[in-house]
Amino acid sequence: MRKRKAVYISALVMGIAVCGTGCNGDSASSGKETMELLNVSYDPTREFYAEYNELFCKYWKEQTGQEITVTQSHGGSGSQARSVIEGNEADVVTLALAHDVTAIEKTGLIHENWMEEYESNSSPYTSTIVFLVRKGNEKNIRDWDDLVKKEVDVITPNPKTSGGACWNFLAAWAYWQEHDEEKEEETKEYMKKMYENVLVLDSGARGATNTFVENGQGDVLIAWENEAYLAMEEYPEQYEIVTPSISILAEPSVAVVDQNAEEHGTTETAEAYLEYLYSDEAQRLAGENYYRPSKGGILQEFSEQFNLEMDLVTINDFGGWDEAFETYFSDGAVFDQIYTE
Amino acid sequence: MKNVKRTYEQDMEGDGIHSLQKVIEPRRNEGSCTVKYFLIGVSVLFLFIMLFLPLMVVAANALKEGWRVYKENVLDEYTVKALKLTLLAAVTAVTTNTVFGIFASFLLSKYNFRGRQLLASLIDLPFSISPVIAGLVFILTFGNIGWMGGFLKANHIKIVFAVPGVLLGTIFVTLPFVFRELFPVMNAAGKDEEEAAALMGAGGFTIFRKITFPHIKWALLYGMVLCTARAMGEFGAVSVISGHLRGKTNTLPLQVEILYNEFNTTAAFSVSSILVILAVLILIVKSFVERKRK
Amino acid sequence: MEQQIVKVKNNRGIKVIPGFGISMFVTLGMLGCFVLVPLASLFLSVDALSFWEFREIVTSRQAVSGYAVSLSCAFLAAMINAVFGMLLAWVLVRYEFPGKRLMDGLIELPFALPTSVAGISLTYLYSDQGWIGGLAAKMGIKIAYTRIGITIAMVFVGIPFVVRAVQPVLEKLDRQYEEAAVMLGAGRIYIFFRVILPEVFPALLAGFGLAFARGIGEYGSVVFIAGNIPYKTQIAPLLIMMKLEQYKYADAAAIALVLLILSFLLMLAINSIQIYMQRFYKS
Repeated sequence: MRKRKAVYISALVMGIAVCGTGCNGDSASSGKETMELLNVSYDPTREFYAEYNELFCKYWKEQTGQEITVTQSHGGSGSQARSVIEGNEADVVTLALAHDVTAIEKTGLIHENWMEEYESNSSPYTSTIVFLVRKGNEKNIRDWDDLVKKEVDVITPNPKTSGGACWNFLAAWAYWQEHDEEKEEETKEYMKKMYENVLVLDSGARGATNTFVENGQGDVLIAWENEAYLAMEEYPEQYEIVTPSISILAEPSVAVVDQNAEEHGTTETAEAYLEYLYSDEAQRLAGENYYRPSKGGILQEFSEQFNLEMDLVTINDFGGWDEAFETYFSDGAVFDQIYTE
Repeated sequence: MKNVKRTYEQDMEGDGIHSLQKVIEPRRNEGSCTVKYFLIGVSVLFLFIMLFLPLMVVAANALKEGWRVYKENVLDEYTVKALKLTLLAAVTAVTTNTVFGIFASFLLSKYNFRGRQLLASLIDLPFSISPVIAGLVFILTFGNIGWMGGFLKANHIKIVFAVPGVLLGTIFVTLPFVFRELFPVMNAAGKDEEEAAALMGAGGFTIFRKITFPHIKWALLYGMVLCTARAMGEFGAVSVISGHLRGKTNTLPLQVEILYNEFNTTAAFSVSSILVILAVLILIVKSFVERKRK
Repeated sequence: MEQQIVKVKNNRGIKVIPGFGISMFVTLGMLGCFVLVPLASLFLSVDALSFWEFREIVTSRQAVSGYAVSLSCAFLAAMINAVFGMLLAWVLVRYEFPGKRLMDGLIELPFALPTSVAGISLTYLYSDQGWIGGLAAKMGIKIAYTRIGITIAMVFVGIPFVVRAVQPVLEKLDRQYEEAAVMLGAGRIYIFFRVILPEVFPALLAGFGLAFARGIGEYGSVVFIAGNIPYKTQIAPLLIMMKLEQYKYADAAAIALVLLILSFLLMLAINSIQIYMQRFYKS
C-alpha cells in the first residue's frame, strides 16, 4: 500500500520534472506553408531589420508564393554570437564585427569562406564612429583632441563587453597614431587620458546611449553614426552630431549559419535573405535607417546626410580583427594596461 | 494616544497582569509616543525613498504619453506573448517548488540524519547564487558546449534558448522559497504528533494529510505566493538562457529590457507597470493569507 | 544520561514516521536535477584549467577588485538593511498606525519587481537628473554611477530578507521580560540591547546573511546604476560577463566558482551560528 503511494508520488514528481524540461520543447519544424527564419543580430539594427523583414517577406511571397516569418533577436554583438555558439539556432547572423562571426565559424557552424560569400566583405551596409553632443556644444567638441580635455565627460561602452566599443577604441587610436606615428607610448598616454574622462563604461552600446540620452550623463557620446542619428530623430533639437577628422569604417558582417540552416531546411531562404540586403530597395532602406549603403551609387543619394569627407581607416590597417584583438582587447593587452597603470 | 493605549491593553489582557499595567503605563507612554512616532517616521521615510519612489518613477513614466499610448503599449502583440510565457513560468515554478518544498521540509524537520546542516545549506544555495551564474550553469550543461549538448542535439531536444530553458532557470532561482517558509513551521510543530500517529499505525500519506498539513497550510500558501512573485520577476538567469527571441522566449522582464533598449522608454515602463500591478495583486493575496494565518 | 535518552528517541524517530525514503528520494532528486547537476557543470568547466591558471585568473587584479567592490558594497548594504530591517520589523509588530498594512505589503516588492525594472527606475531616480539624485547633486553628492549607487541597488534587493526574518521572532517575543526590565528601572536602550536584541539576534543574522549573499551576486539592478569603471565600480558578476564576451568559458566559470564558494561559506557559517545559538539558549 505504502509502496504504491510512493510510486504514485514519484511518478507525479517525474511528470512535473519532465514537463518542466521537455513538454514545451518548441518543435523546430519548418512547416511547408510558412517558413521561419531566425536572425540573430546586434543592438542598433532593431529598427532597420524590423522594416527590412517586412520588405523581404513581401519580396519572397512575390517570388515563391511562400509565407515567411522572421524572428529577430537583438543584444550585444558578442553575447549574441555566444548564444549562437551555445545553441541558439540562428539561420542568419548579422553582427557588429567580423570577429564575432569568426568566433562562430571556429565552431564549424559557418563555412570558412563566409566573408567572400557576399559583396564588400559580406557587409551590406557600413557605418562609422561619430560624436553625439548636447545642443549648443558648450564644451566645443570638434575632434578627438577635445576628448582628453579635463573638463569633458565622455560616455562610451566597454570594448571588452561591447563590439561597438571596439570600433570606438580603434577610431581614437587611429587618430593619435596618425598624428604621432611610431609613438605608441604617447598614443597610449592620450588614450589613457580619454578613458580617464569616461564617466560610465556601460556594458553595451545601447546602454551607453541610454545613459547619455535618458539619464543625461556626460558631454559627449562616442557612438555609431546610425545610433547617433537615431537619437537625434527620437529627441529632436536636443543633440548635435560632430564628425571627427579621422574615424574608422565599421563593417558589420552578415553570414548564413550554414549548419543550422541546413538542419532547418532554410538554406535557400537564408541566402536569399542576405542577398536581398544588396538590392536597391534594401540599400535605400539601410540609408534611411542611417546606415551607409555599401553600394556606391546609392551611398551618393545620401551624400547630404552623411559626411563623406571623413578620413576612414579600416580594420585592415590594424592587421585584421584577430590581430587587433590580440594587441588591444585580450586580457592584459593595451586596454587593460590603460586602466591598470 | 488612545489607539496606543487600547492595543497595549489588548496585549496585556491575555497575560492577566493588569496590576502591572498601571505601574508601567505612565512612564511608558510619555517617552514611547515620541519614540514611536520617530521610529514610524523613519521607517516610512525609508520605505518611501527605497520602495515607493521607484514605483512612482515607473508609474510616472508609463503614463507620460497618456492613457491611449499606455493601452497600446500594454496590448502590444509581443507584450501579451511575453505575459503568457511569464505566467507559464510562474505556474511551473510554483508547482515544482511546492512539491519540493513539502518533501524537503518534511525530510529535514521530521527525521534525524547526518548532513542535515549541509543539505539545508545546499537548498539555500540558489538564494545566494548570482542569477548570471544560474543562467551560465544551464548553458554549460545543456548548451552546445555543455556536456549534455551533443546528446540533446542528436535527439532534437531543445532546452536552452527555448521555453524549457526559461522554465528551468525560473525553477532554479525560486527553488528554496516554499521550503524556507515551510521548514520553520514544521520544525516548530515538532514531530511528536506524527510519531504518535505512526505508532498507532497510520500510513505516511495519512499522517501528512491529517497531521502535518493542517499545521502548514497557510505557510504553504504564503510560500507559493512569494514564489510566484519571485518567478514573475526573474530577469538575470532567464536573460542568459533565453536568447531573446522576440515573441518566443521573451518573458515580461526581458521585454522591458528590449523596449528600453529600443529607446522606447514609455513602452518599457508601461510593460513594467504590468509587472508592478501583478506584484501588487500578489502582495494583496499575500497579506490576506497572512491575516488568515494569524 | 539525559542526552542518551534524547538520542534513543531520535533514533526511533527515523523508524517511527514512515516516508523517510521517499522524502529523501524526492528532495535529493529534485535538488539534484534542478540545482546540483547544473552546478556540477561549473566544476567541469573549471577543470579545463590547470591549478596555476585558475589561481592566476581568480587572483588577477581586476578580479580581486571586483570581489572587493561586490563584497564591500554588499556588506554595507546588508548592514543598512539589518538596521532598517530591524526597525521596520519592530514598527510593524509593535505599533498600530494608519497605512500599516500597506507598508507591510510593500516589503516584498523587491522580490516581485524584476531587477531590470528596479535598476532602470533606481537609475532614473538617483542620476543627477532624477528626483533624488538631483537634490543630492546640489549638495555635491553623486549617487548614481558610484559605489553609493551600487549600495543603494543592493539595499533595494535585500530589504525583504531582514524584515521577514526578524518579524516572526519579534511577534513571538514574550513581553514579560521587557516589562520586568522596565520595572527594575532599566533604560530603553539598555532593554533593547540586553533583552530584545539577544532574542532576535539569530534571526537578524540569518536575514543579514541572506541580504549579504544576495548583494554579492546581484547583477541586473546594479549594472544599470554602476558606472562599471574598472577598479572603481566594476562588480564581480560583470567580470563574469566580460570573460564570457571573450568566449573564455573556463575563466568565467572560475570566477563564478569563487563567488559561489564565498556565498556558500557565508550561508554555512550563518546557519551554523544560528544552530549554535539556538542550542546555547536552550541549555
